[in-house]
Amino acid sequence: MISVLDYGAGNANSVIRMIERVGGKAQRIFTAKEILSAKKLIIPGVGAFDYGMEQLARNGISEALNISAHERAIPILGICLGMQLMCRRSDEGVLPGLGWINADVLFFSEAREKDLRVPHMGWNTARVVRENPLMQLNGEVNRFYFVHSYKVKCDNQEDPISLTHYGDDFVSAFQKNNIMGVQFHPEKSHKYGMRLIKNYLEADYA
Amino acid sequence: MLKHRVIPALLLSEGGLVKTRKFKNARYVGDPINAIRIFNEKEVDELMVLDISASKARREPDYALIELFAGECFMPLCYGGGIKNMDQAEKIFQLGIEKISMQSGVMANFRLVSDVAKKFGSQSVVVSIDFKYDWLGKSQLYDSSVEKIIKKSWKDFVKEAVDSGAGELLINVVDKDGTKQGYDLKIIEEVSSMVSIPVIALGGAGNMSDFKKAVGVGAAAVSAGAMFVFHGPHDAVLITYPSYIELENLLGGNHG
Repeated sequence: MISVLDYGAGNANSVIRMIERVGGKAQRIFTAKEILSAKKLIIPGVGAFDYGMEQLARNGISEALNISAHERAIPILGICLGMQLMCRRSDEGVLPGLGWINADVLFFSEAREKDLRVPHMGWNTARVVRENPLMQLNGEVNRFYFVHSYKVKCDNQEDPISLTHYGDDFVSAFQKNNIMGVQFHPEKSHKYGMRLIKNYLEADYA
Repeated sequence: MLKHRVIPALLLSEGGLVKTRKFKNARYVGDPINAIRIFNEKEVDELMVLDISASKARREPDYALIELFAGECFMPLCYGGGIKNMDQAEKIFQLGIEKISMQSGVMANFRLVSDVAKKFGSQSVVVSIDFKYDWLGKSQLYDSSVEKIIKKSWKDFVKEAVDSGAGELLINVVDKDGTKQGYDLKIIEEVSSMVSIPVIALGGAGNMSDFKKAVGVGAAAVSAGAMFVFHGPHDAVLITYPSYIELENLLGGNHG
């Protein structure tokens, strides 16, 4: 059973539908208590960074998330804004992020310099850079739907699991032990997204 | 490599899928759920469903039907038609729709656009702008819900839409609709050069080279109706969509 956090910033329903489509079970959860009993968690997310952090600050949600990420160490997957909230900070806002990954969320400055439109919106390829539980390293095409105006930059070379090019390479997915994040929307990425969600469902992170 | 999106635009009228010509003669082409299933299997980039009867009849969006759409779509889905207030917009997002398109609901004021953009992000708001040629052949703003040319500068309208937080503009031209004779490249170019948000071209696409031309004059994405639902010289109903490889070869840009 996967718990999908509904914190008022993002569409839990689409994620749940995708999980069910690939044969998994999912429930929508709202509270700190529910987070603390979750076995596997997804944090979806659409919208502004500060709004997302404000929503997590209510009713002990971020504390419950921190306990689940560290002491309980359950698998947690962040999608889009959910991924960005796992970082330390964002150019988009002033509030600190959850800080689970040594990474910052930055303006798409290279894209802007090259006169590319921001947001980066549409289908693009994720180039897998190392073995990981979500995407195969070799052979498969990994094509996903993106819509975002800020991008993740990791300090540690080991954390990114895929890169995507728009103006410059940016981190389209990362993983550090039980913490995972994807910038794209697997729940809106046809069979490529289904495969990733299925991998997340089936993978063990003991 | 980011590819320019190619978006089938499906028109809904009283629960059935239809296709118009110059915004008239709505011809029934089938069951919308079935069509969405087929487009899903064909792995379309994105899908747009526009209810052309809702605003005209002054009725609410058909939420039960929209929920069925969302359940079938494993790609981004934009819904438009009959959205007049924040409650309706929220309801639609709750059903699992990513984007909403608005036109007559924001003609009078753009407050709704900024409210939705603030709460759900700009990427979730598409402002749809229809053009119609006047007797001099000049493009004028057109309100499809009342079927009239609007006496307002379209440039002002575009500016207001962008300033109020629209994430994308959907540009359609009544006189091109359903003709398969190509987009109005002039208006697409003019609008694209005015704004930095994505412009989606709609109205008139007949073949793949029309997509290329629209992208060439600045469209970020292209949309079509007749081209994806009609086939052959007699317009037999057949749902088609090019393969990703074809589209990537045609429209894949080199992004730095």
